[in-house]
Amino acid sequence: MSSLPVRETGSGPTNGALPRGSAPRGAAARLPVPRPRGPLSALLLTTLTAGPPPESADSWASPLLWAAEEAADAADDPLRDDDTQLALAVLYELHHRGVERVDDAWEWEPGLLSARRVLEVPFEAALRRRAGQPVATESDAAGFARRLFEFVADDDGPALARYLARRAGREQAREWLALRSLYQLREADPHSWALPRLAGAPKSALVEIQADEYGGGRTGRTHAELFARTLRGAGLDDRYGRYVDVAPVPVLAALNTMSFLGLHRRLRGAIIGHLAAYEMTSPIPSRLYGDGFRRLGYDTDTTLYFDEHVEADAVHEQIAARDLAGRLVEQEPGLRDDVLFGAAVCLAVEGDAAAHTLACWNEGRSALRAPLDDPEET
Amino acid sequence: MTAHDEVPRPHDDEVTLAACPDGPLLLRGPARIVDDRGRDVPRHRATVALCRCGGTAIPPWCDGTHKVNGYRSET
Ligand code: FES
Ligand SMILES: [Fe+2]
Ligand SMILES: [Fe+2]
Repeated sequence: MSSLPVRETGSGPTNGALPRGSAPRGAAARLPVPRPRGPLSALLLTTLTAGPPPESADSWASPLLWAAEEAADAADDPLRDDDTQLALAVLYELHHRGVERVDDAWEWEPGLLSARRVLEVPFEAALRRRAGQPVATESDAAGFARRLFEFVADDDGPALARYLARRAGREQAREWLALRSLYQLREADPHSWALPRLAGAPKSALVEIQADEYGGGRTGRTHAELFARTLRGAGLDDRYGRYVDVAPVPVLAALNTMSFLGLHRRLRGAIIGHLAAYEMTSPIPSRLYGDGFRRLGYDTDTTLYFDEHVEADAVHEQIAARDLAGRLVEQEPGLRDDVLFGAAVCLAVEGDAAAHTLACWNEGRSALRAPLDDPEET
Repeated sequence: MTAHDEVPRPHDDEVTLAACPDGPLLLRGPARIVDDRGRDVPRHRATVALCRCGGTAIPPWCDGTHKVNGYRSET
């Protein structure tokens, strides 16, 4: 594959020059300004794109806070509410790569943090209701790891992986890549926020996993970059956040879950549990995804991401369960419930996104908010 | 405590093999892995998992199959 800074898309609707103001490929590209999904996200995006934060917050902070309170009140199920999930995704993005046309000075504006807090309280409550609180009695590393493996084994997540392996058509496979791209183009980043918050054996274990996620320090080998290759191989746009507007709400909720757990130090046990469950549910589905893309005739450059994950995550799941989660619980038994909650919430929200996708396909419709060939979306 | 827990992380040129209960052997350190004709098997990462259940599709590496084929280890 060429290393020239040239877009390498196949046939498809997404060919074309970079829009003005977006970073060149390889630079830390920002999230494109998404389309609002309700009054809160509309007000938030208008406020953020109007310029740097004004000297006084009087003009914008209270209206935004009220809009957040109203939107939070109106949302029956925060995990299914497009307006508040998109607002959270934009607010979290300020801590990841930033948003196009939004000044970096907004990141720590107290008025934004207040509005985020208004959304996070019901979001966390909904996540806890959805995931439940698994219990464990073990607090030694080996025993806790065994408990985690048992817990994760009960998950029936691979239904979507089996569908992709055996039945999905090319359009469905491409839709699934577009949905995954929101996270996979920043793969491993929210879990890295735990690094400065750990010490000793669990910290070393997290470094060992993340080093591999980031390609062992070799340029072009980070898992995010391997996923970008897969996108290009499937004729999709590999720009960061490019598919945010077509992402249905369960995908945003899964993405926001990682940012939420990763940003709050008090939830460091939960982001570690999330990582462990993510790794432990990856090797076997990754093989099925690879099989699916091979069946559909995609080349080895396109399937490399999946093949890499079969091998890498069979290593990562052992380190994550035993040396990371297990050792963390051994070191700090008070975090045991948080680690289990993180694992449960990972399976729950990732499972919801997969179930939504599969349900749409079973009804014969697109799993995206607008199909990939929709000219409105190019 | 399992064998895995007792294995310290290697320093520099030290090689360790950690037995994961009901799963692979985790290999850390600069060991050469060779096939049945003595040829080097390229390692793609610093820490690798060697299959010991016999069920993997990507030998000598573990691919997670041990979780679904009922493999039980002694350690
Ligand atoms: S030990 Fe994991 S597949 Fe054999
Ligand atoms: Fe990865
Ligand atoms: Fe991984």
